[in-house]
Amino acid sequence: MSALTDDTLPVSPRAVRDEMIVFVLMAALLAIVPLTGIYPFFVMQALCFALLACAFNLLIGYGGLLSFGHAMFLGTAGYFTAHALKVWGLSPELGILVGTLGAAGLGVITGVVAIRRQGIYFSMITLALSQLLYFIYLQTPFTHGEDGIQGIPQGYLFGIFNLAKPTVLYYVILVGFLGGFLLIYRTINSPFGEVLKAIRENEPRAISLGYKTDHYKLVAFILSGTIAGFAGSLKVFVAQNASLTDVHWTMSGEIVLMTLVGGLGTVFGPVVGAFVIIAMQQYLAGFGQWVTVIQGVIFVACVLTFRRGVIGEIAHFFRRSL
Amino acid sequence: MQALYAQLLVGLINGSFYALLSLGLAVIFGMLNIINFAHGALYMMGAFCAYFLLNLAGIGYWPALIIAPIVVGIFGMILERTMLQWLSGLDHLYGLLLTFGIALIVQGVFQNYFGSSGLPYAIPDELKGGMNLGFMFLPIYRGWVVVFSLIVCLATWYLIEKTRLGANLRAATENPTLVRAFGINVPRMITLTYGLGVGLAALAGVLSAPINQVRPLMGADLIIVVFAVVVIGGMGSIMGSIITGFSLGVIEGLTKYFYPEASNTVVFVLMVLVLLVKPTGLTGRAA
Repeated sequence: MSALTDDTLPVSPRAVRDEMIVFVLMAALLAIVPLTGIYPFFVMQALCFALLACAFNLLIGYGGLLSFGHAMFLGTAGYFTAHALKVWGLSPELGILVGTLGAAGLGVITGVVAIRRQGIYFSMITLALSQLLYFIYLQTPFTHGEDGIQGIPQGYLFGIFNLAKPTVLYYVILVGFLGGFLLIYRTINSPFGEVLKAIRENEPRAISLGYKTDHYKLVAFILSGTIAGFAGSLKVFVAQNASLTDVHWTMSGEIVLMTLVGGLGTVFGPVVGAFVIIAMQQYLAGFGQWVTVIQGVIFVACVLTFRRGVIGEIAHFFRRSL
Repeated sequence: MQALYAQLLVGLINGSFYALLSLGLAVIFGMLNIINFAHGALYMMGAFCAYFLLNLAGIGYWPALIIAPIVVGIFGMILERTMLQWLSGLDHLYGLLLTFGIALIVQGVFQNYFGSSGLPYAIPDELKGGMNLGFMFLPIYRGWVVVFSLIVCLATWYLIEKTRLGANLRAATENPTLVRAFGINVPRMITLTYGLGVGLAALAGVLSAPINQVRPLMGADLIIVVFAVVVIGGMGSIMGSIITGFSLGVIEGLTKYFYPEASNTVVFVLMVLVLLVKPTGLTGRAA
């Protein structure tokens, strides 16, 4: 199981310093986006997916668990938030809370089932669970089936920030993204994260050292699902709808693809990957189904020749951990 | 009661496809250590192959039943030679990701040219019509699919468990290096095994063409159900895959009759229950 991790360098003060410099650069670049005239909707959407991919990467990159059903957290949180805002008329912060808690609850239920098997079975189980959820959402009335929940009011965050203004919404999304990103970063550098990496490297040895590995994996799964759900709740304010697309397995595949392109198990890879894939979808939207084919080609090319991903290759070249 | 028997028959037919596909997945996993995500796409290619043979070359159902699995099997062997073989020694998940990419490419290309709607494929003349069994009306084609799938499954089981070739194959699954030392060409055997698994999927595709129509996405959702079947049955035993496949089809059919709302989800719910009670799967070894 070491193929993923050959290039992972041990955490050192230098690595942490490098990562903090890159983080500040990234935050500064993202903060000036509204001044540059770049279409903010595109960046906001990419930020939501970037956080989602980071949450997914927490599982695969640091826990060695490939979830092929992470869209279920995105979709569930989206539906919950959308329902809370539109039908219950809750304020945005409560709507986000409802969605994130919904995803956390889903993480508990699905996590208990999924972590019972390792490796390839874990992937198949998460995929099957998300498909189960897809059919449930297809049939329950509150999701409005094929139509989805549309025309969701954006409202005022904390009663002050008018989320209908693109610039205000942009900074709210940015703060949410950076907060989620730092939480994940803190997690992977905590003692908990170290145990997680130990389980990824050699689970029997971790067990023999007295760690209850199932507990660690479950907590990682729930945390990853909760943050993915948070990203899904934020996305509702950007897209102003919640639909079945967000629960479908193709979406789970896209999350995997983003992380793979950026670099599995790298701190910044999922962010880069999300921007690359969302930009590609934006520019190739006119090509219809060829987008699917191109995504497939990227999958194949990445696995065969480019397994470290963009950030992984850069980190490898400079012999740094990013 | 008529409706119950009809749903049971539908269940048996779906079970035949589950069995043929999960059998192929198990055989491929045994030799290549890869979960073949492209299995659904290759099943679809089998159906399209039969469609092309009929509409472009005028070749009918019976020859297609042999030609399509061979053509798709060769396509699979080319995939194995050009791509999959480079993944040996890497983490299992790369095989899943690579074959997922292949599935996206194949399905995307077919969707571009044929959209998402179904193309009709007629039932061959010899199997048209039906029989009155007294308690139900049996469309002959549907009965044929169940019987023929069962025969193919049992033949595959016999090939792997009872013949010399199968013994070599099982030995190579356990310890490829040692088997190579006996002078057996293991890489070629791996390629042929992948071809066999893929051929079974294509055969299921041809069988399903007259029933389910020929659609680019016909395998996309099916493969996820088959994954659940594989999780339930475990991939340790060939016979286990066959029995699990057929029984889950029947259970799904019964659900369609008694509680239709749950027919889409029953296999997944069963998977959850099995995981809670016996995490290794019904017949599987610990993996």
